Amino acid sequence: MPKVTVDGIEVEVPAGATVMQACEMAGKEIPRFCYHERLSIAGNCRMCLVEVSPGPPKPQASCALPAAEGQVITTTSEKVRKAREGVMEFLLINHPLDCPICDQGGECDLQDQAMAYGRGYSRFAENKRAVTEKYMGPLVKTVMTRCIHCTRCVRFAEEVAGVEEIGALFRGENMQITSYLEQAVTSEVSGNIIDLCPVGALTAKPTAFTARPWELTRTDTIDAMDAVGSNTVAHSRSGTVIRITPRVNDDVNEEWISDIARFGVDGLRERRLDRPWVRVDGRLREASWAAAFASIAARAEGVPGERVAALVGPMAALEEMVALRDLLTGLGASRIECRLDGSAVGEAPFADRSHWRFNTTLAGLEQADSILLVGSAIRHDAPLVMTRIRKAVRAGAELFVIGEERELGAPATFLGDDLSALAALPEAFLRAERPAALVESRNARAEVLAAVAALPLVREGWNGFNLLHTDASRVGALELGLVVPGGLSALAADPPELLFLLGVDEIDLAPFAGAFKVYLGSHGDRGAAAADVILPAAAWLEKPGTFVNMEGRVQRSLRAVFPPGDAREDWTILRALADRLGVRLPYDDLATLRRRIAHEWPQLGAEGLAPAPWVAPDVAGFGAPSGPTVRRSAGFYTATPILRASPTMAACVAEIVEGRKPQLLEAAA
Amino acid sequence: MLADRDRIFTNLYGFQPWGITHAMQRGDWVDTRALMAMGQDAIIAAVKESGLRGRGGAGFPTGMKWSFMPKEPKPDRPSFLVVNADESEPGSCKDREIIRHEPHKLIEGALLAGYAMRARAAYIYIRGEYIREAEVLFAAVEEAYAKGFLGRNACGSGYEFDVFVHRGAGAYICGEETAMIESLEGKKGQPRLKPPFPAGAGLYGCPTTVNNVESIAVVPTILRRGADWFAGIGRPNNSGTKLFQISGHVNRPCVVEEAMSIPFRTLIEEHCGGIRGGWDNLLAVIPGGSSVPLVPAEQIIDCPMDFDALKELKSGLGTAAVIVMDKSTDIVKAIARLSYFYKHESCGQCTPCREGTGWMWRVMERLVTGDAEPHEIDLLLDVTTQVEGHTICALGDAAAWPIQGLIRHFRPEIERRIARRKGFVAMPEALPQAAE
Repeated sequence: MPKVTVDGIEVEVPAGATVMQACEMAGKEIPRFCYHERLSIAGNCRMCLVEVSPGPPKPQASCALPAAEGQVITTTSEKVRKAREGVMEFLLINHPLDCPICDQGGECDLQDQAMAYGRGYSRFAENKRAVTEKYMGPLVKTVMTRCIHCTRCVRFAEEVAGVEEIGALFRGENMQITSYLEQAVTSEVSGNIIDLCPVGALTAKPTAFTARPWELTRTDTIDAMDAVGSNTVAHSRSGTVIRITPRVNDDVNEEWISDIARFGVDGLRERRLDRPWVRVDGRLREASWAAAFASIAARAEGVPGERVAALVGPMAALEEMVALRDLLTGLGASRIECRLDGSAVGEAPFADRSHWRFNTTLAGLEQADSILLVGSAIRHDAPLVMTRIRKAVRAGAELFVIGEERELGAPATFLGDDLSALAALPEAFLRAERPAALVESRNARAEVLAAVAALPLVREGWNGFNLLHTDASRVGALELGLVVPGGLSALAADPPELLFLLGVDEIDLAPFAGAFKVYLGSHGDRGAAAADVILPAAAWLEKPGTFVNMEGRVQRSLRAVFPPGDAREDWTILRALADRLGVRLPYDDLATLRRRIAHEWPQLGAEGLAPAPWVAPDVAGFGAPSGPTVRRSAGFYTATPILRASPTMAACVAEIVEGRKPQLLEAAA
Repeated sequence: MLADRDRIFTNLYGFQPWGITHAMQRGDWVDTRALMAMGQDAIIAAVKESGLRGRGGAGFPTGMKWSFMPKEPKPDRPSFLVVNADESEPGSCKDREIIRHEPHKLIEGALLAGYAMRARAAYIYIRGEYIREAEVLFAAVEEAYAKGFLGRNACGSGYEFDVFVHRGAGAYICGEETAMIESLEGKKGQPRLKPPFPAGAGLYGCPTTVNNVESIAVVPTILRRGADWFAGIGRPNNSGTKLFQISGHVNRPCVVEEAMSIPFRTLIEEHCGGIRGGWDNLLAVIPGGSSVPLVPAEQIIDCPMDFDALKELKSGLGTAAVIVMDKSTDIVKAIARLSYFYKHESCGQCTPCREGTGWMWRVMERLVTGDAEPHEIDLLLDVTTQVEGHTICALGDAAAWPIQGLIRHFRPEIERRIARRKGFVAMPEALPQAAE
């Protein structure tokens, strides 16, 4: 623990800390552009210069210099002030200073630091450099004349995203940051370079020129596009969510979010269900709430409880799942199924909480020294888990994959696309000190779970048994026990007469053709098309909701905007419908509902991660798994109804997946 | 004056073939095994005692640099020697002569130096434009392998040592030691942050020492003739012989091996046939390659040409590339051309150099014609101080120093041009131009 003196303040810093960290511990602000705590150190902007003695007589870059015992650091001297002023001046001489038309205006590091550390006037009388725009895909808009060459985006692409597709061309003042051959960046987390860019060189293309940061209302929300539960901020104006940015949570998403979490939000404005619909003579017709409820009540009349069932879709919040459960219980029904992807977890012998959780925790996965993936769609299933794996691999972990060979953005050993490989895993994995296995939910058949549970993954202080879910609702639903023995196929074999669909759009509903289907959801997608009654509900940003991520972490999302038209919050619809069907649900407001949840399921009552000690399942009697893994059927950019409605995601499919350049560019070329 | 018997580079002018037979006749590779038998620490001690200072420009004591290398390298982290043959400094042309005509001195030196610092291999990084020189070097390394001087049992010593020749692609910045390491690794040639220094983590993250060609090529002779002999030449702390490369307005430009600390006047009179038009016609001298500040005539004439004496003149010996300029030189234009060079060669990694070199060059171009305001001279000086010392590598300093030297010594000339442009002073329209 070296002791250093910063401007006369003595601080003790952890071993390995940099001078910049020492200065921050002493409460001194050090300006910086290239330094970012989650990226490697570049030391190229030279903004963080401080005087350090003992050392050379020139100012030192504090971001790269290790703090050492007895150092005397000066951050306020005339020399330091002049050095910062000089660097600031250099950064600005070739910067266009087009702040009035720049989307970064108002949240620009260059603006802020120019105010604090720069001169108030320019001494530069020459012509400024200009750089042509670079095409980086449908998500990132570039104005490269504004670039200050901090290389944060280059380092992010290489280190975090695992794609070496952004780099610098040319030399000296001709240096330009660009994507490889000016193709779209093929990363699932590319949008983060927009946040990383300290200036307006990289901005969000879908929201270009729409809003200023100070006009936007910020609401803390949780992402529901995948099961990571990324912490986000929804920025809204006049009842419309303009954009989504990440919130720092080191346990979950660090400070990244996936591109679907960031850019899918414009799907909230398209193809919305904003009024109830009732199928009359085979055609869906607009109806009032009363008429819709009446038609359900008429059909439900006399249907016994065992002929009633419900399916839970991927984006449902805890509140509506509880209301749905209570409604069905009131009708005497118990068949609610959440596992739409063929997963067997939740049924004996895998019915303990520790069996469906991500037991290492997301942050803990970085400690693993050997990682096994069962199924290889992780870049699409959970891009932010893959960034954690990349960190672990960078720290020396080995990565083994059973599944289709894919580019994972990290060196990996593929063990073939046959689950029988589980019986012959490499020694390196079996002998590892902290092994972790990640079983894709769609591949979590009972014999696969049994084979993985039989591996030596659990030991004192370490549990490497992880289920990789894709649905934001899934772990919450499993905690509530929304499981039918035998799963979806058992339900299809004995189809109900009355079926409630809570945002179910991903599965083939043909086996339930004879059932009267009541669809609750926000978008006119597959489930709505097949429904007999459509009840318009709020999307995830339009309601306060509780989501349980794949770790089992309970997180609350707030309402950013109101749902459109006649759409209502899901649990209130179910509450009203229950009344009409003669079932009394014992809550009239959200607080009471949440109190009920906390009472019945204490682990879901408070935010945070409740512990789930490992309960070893009885895996005797299961055969060895074999055959190829189940592939992911949905595309990354089209995984949920909201994404399928989003024009931005459609552009992603065209430009990134299909590799077409936008027409304007084609015309110019 | 250096006596002929004290010359190290006896075939500097290529009067004999460079091949290994002739090189051995000149004394290269003669019982190298015995030199290696001195022991690794003894070699380092001898180089330390000889007072050899790095010949690449910075003048860091070579023996001390070697002693930073680990004494017992781990098998998974071998040590490396990198020989810097990326000679790109305007004015410098000594390494080229060594590689052309004395490649075996370099290769033998690489073996001895690499052995002393416990290196597994030497990488010779040669400037891309040196095409014929690279051919010679490739062939010479082949010859040394064929004779068994390199490889598994180098010179019969039992030590395994390889020499690889790597051609650069013509970027000046790759002559900076850490940029050279990056380039060798196949990356864009951009200097690294220090610390960690190459001796701790260099090529492929392994301990590495980067030495100039001349520093390495003199090592076998130092070991053969003894450290005392080498230390006895030149002034204290500036010992040994040095290849001076005199270009510009002298009657016979040349590369010559001379004793360190030789007075400038003697150097020019003896080897270059004097200044063109006589000593009164001397305007200024850039004594160490383009990156050191110029020295006006009256200060340089009787100055000993070595590290310390030139430092006292606020300049430096650099690579001893002596650029002589007589009074026909447009001194402002000459320095503006150097500014263009640095603007062109800046790697673009760090802010002050990337942005500052272009700014300085543009102002310099205007000062050439006087198209500026008088206060811009001070502005330019201020910009140079904003670049100097604020960059990752020394290229920023190298870009700033020539301009600082110009303003320090020739400010009245710049002011006169501005005044003339504004019409305050009558002056001939055409300036005298340097005759090529």
